Amino acid sequence: MPAPIRLRELIRTIRTARTQAEEREMIQKECAAIRSSFREEDNTYRCRNVAKLLYMHMLGYPAHFGQLECLKLIASQKFTDKRIGYLGAMLLLDERQDVHLLMTNCIKNDLNHSTQYVQGLALCTLGCMGSSEMCRDLAGEVEKLLKTSNSYLRKKAALCAVHVIRKVPELMEMFLPATKNLLNEKNHGVLHTSVVLLTEMCERSPDMLAHFRKVSLVPQLVRILKNLIMSGYSPEHDVSGISDPFLQVRILRLLRILGRNDDDSSEAMNDILAQVATNTETSKNVGNAILYETVLTIMDIKSESGLRVLAINILGRFLLNNDKNIRYVALTSLLKTVQTDHNAVQRHRSTIVDCLKDLDVSIKRRAMELSFALVNGNNVRGMMKELLYFLDSCEPEFKADCASGIFLAAEKYAPSKRWHIDTIMRVLTTAGSYVRDDAVPNLIQLITNSVEMHAYTVQRLYKAILGDYSQQPLVQVASWCIGEYGDLLVSGQCEEEEPIQVTEDEVLDILESVLISNMSASVTRGYALTAIMKLSTRFTCTVNRIKKVVSIYGSSIDVELQQRAVEYNALFKKYDHMRPALLERMPVMEKVTTNGPTEIVQTNGETEPAVLETKPPPSGLQPANQANDLLDLLGGTDITPVIPTAPASKPASAGGELLDLLGDLNLTGSPVPAPAPQIAQPPFLLDGLASQPLFNDIAAGIPSITAYNKNGLKIDFTFERSNTNPSVTVITIQASNSTELDMTDFVFQAAVPKTFQLQLLSPSSSVIPAFNSGTITQVIKVLNPQKQQLRMRIKLTYNHKGSAMQDLAEVNNFPPQSWQ
Amino acid sequence: EDTQQQIIRETFHLVSKRDENVCNFLEGGLLIGGSDNKLIYRHYATLYFVFCVDSSESELGILDLIQVRGFFLLYVFVETLDKCFENVCELDLIFHVDKVHNILAEMVMGGMVLETNMNEIVTQIDAQNKLEKSE
Repeated sequence: MPAPIRLRELIRTIRTARTQAEEREMIQKECAAIRSSFREEDNTYRCRNVAKLLYMHMLGYPAHFGQLECLKLIASQKFTDKRIGYLGAMLLLDERQDVHLLMTNCIKNDLNHSTQYVQGLALCTLGCMGSSEMCRDLAGEVEKLLKTSNSYLRKKAALCAVHVIRKVPELMEMFLPATKNLLNEKNHGVLHTSVVLLTEMCERSPDMLAHFRKVSLVPQLVRILKNLIMSGYSPEHDVSGISDPFLQVRILRLLRILGRNDDDSSEAMNDILAQVATNTETSKNVGNAILYETVLTIMDIKSESGLRVLAINILGRFLLNNDKNIRYVALTSLLKTVQTDHNAVQRHRSTIVDCLKDLDVSIKRRAMELSFALVNGNNVRGMMKELLYFLDSCEPEFKADCASGIFLAAEKYAPSKRWHIDTIMRVLTTAGSYVRDDAVPNLIQLITNSVEMHAYTVQRLYKAILGDYSQQPLVQVASWCIGEYGDLLVSGQCEEEEPIQVTEDEVLDILESVLISNMSASVTRGYALTAIMKLSTRFTCTVNRIKKVVSIYGSSIDVELQQRAVEYNALFKKYDHMRPALLERMPVMEKVTTNGPTEIVQTNGETEPAVLETKPPPSGLQPANQANDLLDLLGGTDITPVIPTAPASKPASAGGELLDLLGDLNLTGSPVPAPAPQIAQPPFLLDGLASQPLFNDIAAGIPSITAYNKNGLKIDFTFERSNTNPSVTVITIQASNSTELDMTDFVFQAAVPKTFQLQLLSPSSSVIPAFNSGTITQVIKVLNPQKQQLRMRIKLTYNHKGSAMQDLAEVNNFPPQSWQ
Repeated sequence: EDTQQQIIRETFHLVSKRDENVCNFLEGGLLIGGSDNKLIYRHYATLYFVFCVDSSESELGILDLIQVRGFFLLYVFVETLDKCFENVCELDLIFHVDKVHNILAEMVMGGMVLETNMNEIVTQIDAQNKLEKSE
């Protein structure tokens, strides 16, 4: 039989094939030749044949018949044979074949071979594909090699050990003694793989972690890292001017694991981290990789605040980098730290906002999330401008989230009512169709509560839908407002801007267009019809027209509309005397928040009355309580108009009663087609109000405390917890003065332990009147991500009886419910 | 073997579609373990070098840095190839597949980075080649 062809020839031949079929034919022919050659048990050419087989395997052809041949090669004495044999074993064999166990003995022998490269081959193969049984059998040999002074073998043994530990975790203990001297090596390869081994052990076992902390692993690592940074140029390990970045990164990672939740270790590595952070060159990617790893480590261990600020500044610099990967990575990391290091991240706000204009979609999303996290009372105007601009130009997939975010931020930080409503209008008109459904009732409630802005709001909304009534949420809000405040619209009462001239007919025109339009959803039509109905009590000249519209829809195909129309018709016909009372102006609703505590709307210098109590509507109609009472009396009994008497206290919103009433109408016996569930007001509105829990401490049940009581000055703390963010506690302090003289220039300051963050909002005033006749209130927000026991030190300064007073105190009696 | 070929095909498909300007990393296709693994690649003339990296290696599951580090490994690998083959070209890689494997075996073991010092690697490869020749 002629000598089998060389690998090179085979490759050349195969490359001449012009079709897949031709190639397959060549391969098959060669396979047959190889098989016969194997059958002849020819030692000389086995190596060559297996090499060819591996090539064919790479091309995707079956090569399993060569597995045993690989084993024979491994058992050979020649290095050449072993090389191909082990390579073949790694490529062709795996745990699933029983054949692989036959290798165990060979590997054992080769691990003890006199030639280091043979030992290397064995370690390599074991480390790549050794099964659990093999690992168990050979772990001892690996452990021996871990202690050798041959650095070539030592580094391979270390990685092999990692593989063994992964396959058979119980064997980890066995390698512990060998690790003692691993880091004393000078050879970087050994250092690198040793750090990998130590990392693997620390990650897998808390006991190991504790052990390594005890044996001062951290100082050793710090020393090595220091040498890397401080030593001059070393051509061997240099990558773009940095000495062995791989090793640096590995060490930083291990330090992170060691320093996590451990004060002593964290302190020991503080200096080196600062050094790496400041000395590493940032012009090349290499440096950035190291810096990034450093930042991650700083953030994860118990670092001091100066170091954290340094880390955040590094991230801030990353934001300006040309490489979009780095920008993305920086934004992601900043997002993770914005809660805990809020102020430091704030400093980079403008850069973050610039990222909103980035071309990359992922970067834009991160930048948007981060921007929302950074909005606060001081920067809300500027930030909103940027975010509204972003809303205009961003991709549709962002619009819903962005709109929701803007609403939330506006609700929390709006500097004025007018601004708030303008912002909402802007969102509705630019992204009106992307606004979430639950936003509509929230907005309606907000508008209702902005009593003095009603005229302005309805005018703007009217103008908005005049041209285009396709954006459903916008149209819904607009219809509702026109229904409520249409009288203000036609009487041209707007103070905030130039009032427009609108007639009653024009208003009805637009509402009817909404009703008729194909673009209007069923829900929207419902809003429009109800609005038209409400206008019957607010308009004077067009009542007949309204009657006509309502009666037409009494035979609408849409059941919902039909129902409403029929009942409104009934109102016109039989219960006309009740109509004015029923369709009264909606009372101001109790403020129910979706996120965050109820708080006084941030005023920031602009004068706005706080809207926490229900106030009577401006047109002088009955306040909420009396309206409730009226409905109460009307419900279920005789239908005679009752003059409202003393207000009863009903906690639910007036709208609910209105519904009940109309439901009760059916009980009076007059034939009405269908039972009436919610029809007067859009269902969503009340669903929204009912489902959101009222946010107050009574509901939560956290007892309040007296934090300070001395010299006539008493300070009480009341608590609220956020339903959505359990790390936030909101404390409202009330300071009262029982002496006979006022306390003036009162300033309250507070400090909390390191793991907390504190935000002091502005106080209600700086004078505490005497004789407990009034109080100063101030809101403190405490962020407690680690749920530690809340402690606070407070400092009080004020003027009293002509002299300046000052006192320091500790508050330790926080109830557990306020911080757990 | 079929799965292996499918994986190779899918990888090539994913990588060759990529625009030059897009990030040089992407999530593995379904066959490669989905989004747990990331592919890092670099395009050199007609060749694509693709590394598949396991994200669970990193304790924080942050894949981002792996990209950055993955590039260095690629860089060191290509430079080493260059030194071993003397101005390596595509044909060298095709005709000396086994040698390429040997070089890689000196750099990566069991999925972990073993040695990144180019000189060290080249020295070891040379010594082993000499050993082969002497037999």
